Amino acid sequence: MPKTTPFHSRVEPLNQTGIWKHWYGYLVAPQYQYSLNAEYYAIRNSVSLLDTSPLFKYRFAGDRGRALLERVLARDVGACRVGRAQYTCWCDERGFVIQDGVVMQVAEGEYRLTSAEPTLRHFRSVTRQMGFPDDTVEEISDDFGILALQGPHAYDVISRLTEAASPLKYFGVAQSTVASCEVTVSRTGYTGDLGYELWIRSEDAETVWDALAAAGKDYNLTPIGTSAMKMARVEAGLLLLGVDFNTSRYAWVDAQRETPIELGWSWMFRKLDEDPRDFIGRRAIEAEIANRTSRWNTVGLAVDWHAYECAFTESGIIPPMHELYTESTMSLYRRGGKQWDYAGYASSFLASTLLRRPIGIAKLPLDLTEEGSEVDAEITVIRQPKYILARVERLPFFNPPRKTALMNGGAS
Amino acid sequence: MTAKPERFDAIVVGGGHNGLVNGAYLSRAGLKTLVLERRHVVGGAAVTEELVPGFRFTTFSYALSLVRPDIVQDLDLVKHGMLVHPLVNTFHPGLDGEHILLGADAHANYHEIARHSVEDAEGAKDLSHRVARVCRALKPWMDRIPPNVLSSDPAEIAELAELRDYMTGLDSEVREMMERFVTASAGEILDEYLDHELVKGLFVSSGIIGSKVSPRDRESGLVWLFHKMGDFDGQPGAWGFHKNGNGGFTQVLARAVEAFGGTIRTNAGVERVLYDDGHARGVELEDGTRLEAEVVVSALDPRQTFMRLVDPSDLPADLVSHLEAYKFQGSAAKVNFALSGLPRFPGLDGREDIYQGFTNIGPTIPYLEEAFADCRAGRFSRRPFLDSCIQSTIDPDMSPPGKHIMSCFVMYAPYHLAQGDWDTERSNLGDTVQETLEEFFPGFGDLVLHREIVTPLDIERLIGLTEGNIFAGELFESQLFFNRPAPGWNQYRTPIEGYYQCGSGTHPGGCVSGGPGRLAALRILDDRRR
Repeated sequence: MPKTTPFHSRVEPLNQTGIWKHWYGYLVAPQYQYSLNAEYYAIRNSVSLLDTSPLFKYRFAGDRGRALLERVLARDVGACRVGRAQYTCWCDERGFVIQDGVVMQVAEGEYRLTSAEPTLRHFRSVTRQMGFPDDTVEEISDDFGILALQGPHAYDVISRLTEAASPLKYFGVAQSTVASCEVTVSRTGYTGDLGYELWIRSEDAETVWDALAAAGKDYNLTPIGTSAMKMARVEAGLLLLGVDFNTSRYAWVDAQRETPIELGWSWMFRKLDEDPRDFIGRRAIEAEIANRTSRWNTVGLAVDWHAYECAFTESGIIPPMHELYTESTMSLYRRGGKQWDYAGYASSFLASTLLRRPIGIAKLPLDLTEEGSEVDAEITVIRQPKYILARVERLPFFNPPRKTALMNGGAS
Repeated sequence: MTAKPERFDAIVVGGGHNGLVNGAYLSRAGLKTLVLERRHVVGGAAVTEELVPGFRFTTFSYALSLVRPDIVQDLDLVKHGMLVHPLVNTFHPGLDGEHILLGADAHANYHEIARHSVEDAEGAKDLSHRVARVCRALKPWMDRIPPNVLSSDPAEIAELAELRDYMTGLDSEVREMMERFVTASAGEILDEYLDHELVKGLFVSSGIIGSKVSPRDRESGLVWLFHKMGDFDGQPGAWGFHKNGNGGFTQVLARAVEAFGGTIRTNAGVERVLYDDGHARGVELEDGTRLEAEVVVSALDPRQTFMRLVDPSDLPADLVSHLEAYKFQGSAAKVNFALSGLPRFPGLDGREDIYQGFTNIGPTIPYLEEAFADCRAGRFSRRPFLDSCIQSTIDPDMSPPGKHIMSCFVMYAPYHLAQGDWDTERSNLGDTVQETLEEFFPGFGDLVLHREIVTPLDIERLIGLTEGNIFAGELFESQLFFNRPAPGWNQYRTPIEGYYQCGSGTHPGGCVSGGPGRLAALRILDDRRR
């Protein structure tokens, strides 16, 4: 039997499709209504509400907790002050990424970390190496549910319920109450839009859900499933574990492993010189940066719209665009002359209804990762391969000012 | 003392969507371009106006589907804020609590139609597929300049041959279906696929939109097809709402014009186009200001373009006689409501999602025929057809929280009334629409906070569309493609060199496609290279 999230009693009757899927053993709705686009557009046009409770959650306390995070996390957690959150990753000794997640310091010396896959044992083993007691890291996955409130009207909804968001800087975190329940509100999300995430004690889950639903009624607040979220995250240029990369931990060969630099996260190490920490993987990452030994980089890929349309219309059919999101591999080739000159691949592919063009997240050798570099993408038209022009683009594809705007009471 | 007139490379007369598209393309090509709009706001028939604080009225047009994809890409419209929300549902209420509610899932829709007729549920799928194939076949010709049938230019003759070869190259099923759309009424075509009156009523309405035809008149076939020629997100025939209404879309176009270096002036009505020796020289504004340009483009309708902005006596007689016969005969009105809450439909109480799309009020073909009988008799329909939508159920920015804005497109409201005039009939029309809504949604009247009534005469007065025709001329075969607006003058040029036309009265026509604006720009830029 799958597990259910603390919001299950609320989301269950909302699921008009009757379709459920499993997210790491939890029952979740991929889509609540027949129109996936309607859910997607709630993220970009009004406001959406997503249950992300299946994320694994960990708590780190005190100086030892901080020391542990400093040792494990690749990005400088020292920069994550009280009331701040940070997108981060952790690596193995060889500098390959184990996972990514968001760490936040909710109070002095009180940290929380989310993670898509379980990672308690990994942190515990480092804890023991450091001679710290086991409770330096604690799993709190069942203690909290998490809701993501995302979209241009997210501020209008949250500000009806708490002062905590007025203002709350991008990647800021605040402790507050909603409907008399303690919550942690962060200005974070996985959609690339204006949005907040709320950590809610499991026993308060239904109360807070109801409060959000009521506050959002006038703003077309739409419960969304994981499919709409995944579409939005491609536009936001956010990678997904298991799709755009895999954990080094369960890889068989290095071809399945990737470094943070190869994942396009070199920005995490911009101030590595000023970061004195001896974190796991540091030496390997430094060497990779110094010697430029990255095998590839992760970049945005925009398929040429005209070429895409032509490939289908020449065959007499309409180009598929509607609600088209795939996680299957699309091969990319070097252009010019040689046949089958394999260059790399796109992992996530979305015919973006918002941006009106097909986009993807691609892995390409370094000589092809400059913005504007051209490759041929292999698509299938009536069961036959076709090669269409695609160009490298800087991520994110969609980056509205409201994502980071300081919301402080003015209308959105 | 007279200052030297300002000089531009190109002046576009009329800041409707086609004028803006045209101006954006010309600016993008490096021409110093000026777009002139008579009103205080650009957009023409695609404007959103806050008539009551917090309520955004889509005064005229209210949805999008036919916007040419090339325009979106070429003008970078997404960057400038283009955002079209899909219609989630289509709601077709009957009078006896019966209804059809179609959504995004084809199989669920099958079962919804099957509640009324199992065979119709399959028939509707067959029809949709055939129509999609016809539309795909015609689409390339929407996006290119049609051949000139009167020309002896070898290039034009070659184009005609290409068109003929293309058409004969299509498979017979598609060709036959195309033929049907030209020769049969929407009602007759639907008779082949559908049987149940309520189902037919839902599908047939596209055949009368904005046109002075009954669903049983031959011309309705092509009108019907025209409304399926667009797409949303690659789905043939699907429609959407632009963020902030269709005025939101024209604001996007205005930003594109300016981003390419073009200039827009509002409150700048054009009195006439200046020309001598058969060459355009510029324009004279209503306030007497003269502006110079070698290229002048009229985004107004054919009547204004040829009969008002220039002296028709300077034009060839055959063109003038064609234009005199060109049919406008506006037959549609708008009644828009600010509402304190959502209407209730008996049997679907509390279902707010039913309004997240078009609500099609006109249950059956006989209902529409009765409505048309009034029109034929020179009065507005006593029980009108209404294509209504409550965009605020999707876009919270359209109305204050908890309140709603409802757009009702009303058929039939003939421009020429047999008795009385529109200034005295205006509020009667509003009452009639409200009474009709009351029939379908009991208690509707109690929700009304404000009402905006836009008669065909208002359309003509406010935005200059002759006789209030929303397409700048009927979408009849005699006025499309080779013939829009007149044979020989269907390629955006006019008899005056440097004077062009780019309004919806040119190919491909109305419905907020932007196609005329784009194709005219391509023609102008091509002519300049010669």
